Amino acid sequence: MFEIKRSPWVLHYDGSSCNGCDIEVLACLTPVYDAERFGIINTGDPMQADILLITGGINSQNAPVVKQLYDQMPRPKVVCAVGVCACTGGIFKDCYNILGGADTVIPVDIYVPGCAARPQAIIDGIVKAVDLFEKRLEEHKQWVAEHENREKTDKSAAAKQPQKAQQPAGETAKAQSQNSAQRRSKNAKGRKTAKRRKK
Amino acid sequence: MRNSIISVIAYILLAPIAGGLLEGIDRKISARMQRRVGPPLLQPFYDVAKLFKKQVISVTNAQTFLLLSYLVFMVLTGSMFFAGSDILLCMFVLSTAAMFLYFASTVTSSPYSTIGASRELIQMIAYEPAVLMACVGFYLVDGSFEIHEIASSPVSSIFNLPGVFAAFVFIITIKMRKSPFDISTSHHAHQEIVKGITSEMGARNLALFTVTEWYENVFLMGVIGLFVVNKNPYSYISALFVVVIVYFLEILIDNTSARMKQREMLKLSWAVTLVLAGSNIWILMLIK
Repeated sequence: MFEIKRSPWVLHYDGSSCNGCDIEVLACLTPVYDAERFGIINTGDPMQADILLITGGINSQNAPVVKQLYDQMPRPKVVCAVGVCACTGGIFKDCYNILGGADTVIPVDIYVPGCAARPQAIIDGIVKAVDLFEKRLEEHKQWVAEHENREKTDKSAAAKQPQKAQQPAGETAKAQSQNSAQRRSKNAKGRKTAKRRKK
Repeated sequence: MRNSIISVIAYILLAPIAGGLLEGIDRKISARMQRRVGPPLLQPFYDVAKLFKKQVISVTNAQTFLLLSYLVFMVLTGSMFFAGSDILLCMFVLSTAAMFLYFASTVTSSPYSTIGASRELIQMIAYEPAVLMACVGFYLVDGSFEIHEIASSPVSSIFNLPGVFAAFVFIITIKMRKSPFDISTSHHAHQEIVKGITSEMGARNLALFTVTEWYENVFLMGVIGLFVVNKNPYSYISALFVVVIVYFLEILIDNTSARMKQREMLKLSWAVTLVLAGSNIWILMLIK
């Protein structure tokens, strides 16, 4: 009953669009289409968002912004490109500053074509994204399980360290040394940043 | 003693359910006021269930701890209230809880949540005088700060405290962050400080914040009810009626007014407190 697909929160980002698709995205929330009946909320905050709606093409200035927004969104997440510009670059494709569609910087799951995309098409895209969102949860659970397992094996390996000499050097030992090497490099990075901050 | 333990347990268990339902009704009625269908009634529960399942990304681990403290102090406030203890102490613990929320959003050092937090402090300054006036009013009318004695007074406090009641209803709008005063955070997107005080809260942390809000709303509605109840058990029904009217009024205000500047909010809320609650208490002091 409490499926996550009942509450998809949307983050809307306007790349370099002509604003046509943005007006249509907002039209989805008006009384005529009322996207909120599916539990859809237009949040302005990537940390609270589940679905990233991108309108307009990607140019060299907003590419890092889009990437950062995507990285700030917690898993499970879905990306939906709205309008032909976000899908391929559209009419701006040959402009000197346009890199192309949203999939040039981040993985896009749903493409909603149209110029401008009609509210019905956008809502259809979001509903498709919502189904995918439910599937992504399973992937996220797997990821969490793997992550926790790795941490546990790390800890147990660390606890068994004195006995290591008796054991033949297997994969775990290798993995462990790799992990510790990674950790060391991470620590070093942390120290560097700390120093930088002090400066 | 046994009654107070039962009511505390009932508050701890039922307040999240009641608070969530209140928010669901709020969103449904708001949608109908805007001629929309609106989300299902249980939408707030779906939202919180989803938030608990999402990946936790937070800038510092301290945020979760501070939000948990906010939750614990809010539950403590409500528990003390429904146990019938000192109302003044309740309000002080409520302020402590609000301070933990302030720290939870400043600890991230994000500019948006820091601005939201400083605005939250201004909101606290705006509503605190009326809260204290309400406590003083209860003492003048019923001769005690103890909530169980206020609730078992021969006459409902609202008859002697109409001005204080009006001022309290006014500041509850600020406390619930409803529309003219949704300055520190907003329920809607597209504002200048992203989500204000909740900008850096995602997943589990936002769920904690939401559940705490539910506890707080139930407590605030309890205070509204305290104005009405007296020793007659039937007064609890009229208290429920008054609570429903006040909540509906809050939704109506939320949907019919635009946001205010913080300085105007401060001026207006202090003026309302001084004129309504102040004159009410002044007259009471002259009479008694």
